[in-house]
Amino acid sequence: MGGRLTFVQGNEACVEAALYAGLDFFAGYPITPSTEIAELMSVRLPQKGARFMQMEDEIASICAIIGASLTGSKVMTATSGPGFSLMQEGLGYAIMAEIPCVIVDVQRGGPSTGLPTKVSQGDINQARWGVHGDHSIIALTASNHQDVFAMTVEAFNFSETYRTPVILLFDEVVGHMRERLLIPESGEIPLVERLKTSVREGVDYHPYLPREDGRLPMSDFGGVHRYNVTGLFHDMWGFPSDNPQVVHELLRHLVDKIESHVDEVTRFREYYLDDAELLLISYGSAARSALHVVMDRRQHGERIGLLELQTLWPFPTALVQEKAKHARYVVVVEMNMGQVLQSVKVAVDRPERVFLANRVDGVLITPFDIRNILRLIQGKGV
Amino acid sequence: MAIKDYIREKFFPHIWCPGCGHGIALNGLLHAVENMGLKKNDVVMVSGIGCSSRIAGYLDFHTLHTIHGRALAFAIGVKMSRPELTLLAPMGDGDALSIGGNHFIHACRRNIDMTAIVMNNKVYGMTGGQYSPLSGYGTMATTAPYSNIDQQFDVVDMATAAGATFVARTTAYHVQQMADILEEAIRHKGFSVVEVMTPCPTYFGRKNREGSAVDMMEKLKTMTTPIGSKAKQENPALIERGVFVKKEMPEYCAEYQKIIERATKGN
Repeated sequence: MGGRLTFVQGNEACVEAALYAGLDFFAGYPITPSTEIAELMSVRLPQKGARFMQMEDEIASICAIIGASLTGSKVMTATSGPGFSLMQEGLGYAIMAEIPCVIVDVQRGGPSTGLPTKVSQGDINQARWGVHGDHSIIALTASNHQDVFAMTVEAFNFSETYRTPVILLFDEVVGHMRERLLIPESGEIPLVERLKTSVREGVDYHPYLPREDGRLPMSDFGGVHRYNVTGLFHDMWGFPSDNPQVVHELLRHLVDKIESHVDEVTRFREYYLDDAELLLISYGSAARSALHVVMDRRQHGERIGLLELQTLWPFPTALVQEKAKHARYVVVVEMNMGQVLQSVKVAVDRPERVFLANRVDGVLITPFDIRNILRLIQGKGV
Repeated sequence: MAIKDYIREKFFPHIWCPGCGHGIALNGLLHAVENMGLKKNDVVMVSGIGCSSRIAGYLDFHTLHTIHGRALAFAIGVKMSRPELTLLAPMGDGDALSIGGNHFIHACRRNIDMTAIVMNNKVYGMTGGQYSPLSGYGTMATTAPYSNIDQQFDVVDMATAAGATFVARTTAYHVQQMADILEEAIRHKGFSVVEVMTPCPTYFGRKNREGSAVDMMEKLKTMTTPIGSKAKQENPALIERGVFVKKEMPEYCAEYQKIIERATKGN
């Protein structure tokens, strides 16, 4: 296997992957702990003839990338919790107008200014529900730099496939930690390019008329088809409509195009699940500590396993139900007050057997923390 | 190309009230575009939210009807990706200078080549007549039932101070001047701001007892004067019309091209 071996921060791995995926335009605003992404983009993008812009705030950043995406560009912005909150209206616009874009949230402690330099996984539900109105969303995460790379490329691929914004929910530890990254050779990971319309000039093009497979071929702004894009409910021309049937169909389409493809967008890793009585479910940097516990306890003969989620939204309910079927206990390891825990409880057959192992003080949850909680659950005392 | 070829006839009639000045602003803009012979595929119109923003839907350009106050931020993304396109950003007064005030001043400062048209009717019309940052002290509005105590911005002063390289003001009464100024603004290589004063008889006029739509149109004539006119010296309360600022400064996209050249030199 070829490629280029590097020793980088997680934020750098994200940048490398975005460039690998063909990023054309990045707009952002400085915020810890995501700033390195913007800094590196300002160096790297012009080197390949692409463009970086530092905007006046995060609202402008997401708006600028949406505008750029309409010209056919692959686009990205990166931020952290407070900036992610500011982006929610723009995010909703991209969902409604079906414009591909990738938004990175390197999570820090919140609410509010919170803990700018410390780790948290507190934005999981904001990623799902921060936008007003009914909608669906794709959100991915990763626990190590190779997966940061893979998930970032996936984010671009999913955003093009489903014509939707995709959120990358990294966290401060993954963002700032340094470890090895093997950058794959060009072509090693397949890239999804924008589906362009085959409708010729002079023939009526309907930007919002889905094909039979639900996909909508696009035409670039500046190209031969002129059409309207709006955040209002709209008909197949993109013109505003409050016709109940138009509204009904569009809303169903926006939700169904993602919810009916849960299997296609579900990414995960599993460790020792075959005979696990004790199932840990984790993601992001917390999954590193969880994996450490699993390896350690396996050496002591304990039947313990780890399901590491990489797709958080749409939540892989069927996967979690299946993997938890034979577990006596399920323990969700995360650095929040139980945001993924809730989805796991809904997914499994016996929610009373689901427990939370968490830490919310800005410190990475340790294997020691997890083991103590496991002992309590198993009635062994600490 | 005939003027009617620039509009999407199937989406008419428009939503604006009888007596609204926005349709006249649209007319002025179309005359400017037609006179310049712009190709429809080369023009992107980006609008925000409010009565003004609906202008985008009626025109046969690439049109982007965005969210409240953010038209310029979206427009910047389009322009940076395709600098050869002509960007027009019609906005309302609340849209451009209240919720969008931050984007407005920073767009002026960057001097990115596009034309911002502030259709100033001094009121939030779409939501039913609340005061805007352009309403002015002492005006009445549905949210200023005892008189407005907010002082107002001056669009021209604001744009000038923020660094816009083309700044002008005209009105819905002065249609020929409007078309000329808009053409000059679009031709200008840099960030252009054109304030178009338009009447809102439905809300601003009614709340402030300004009479009929015709009376309000008449007022646009009598309360304004060309820049530096003798009338202005005699009556300082008159509002000046014309081109206030026109200067050459490095344009943002052109500057970024130099950045690319610098960055790729080592490659």
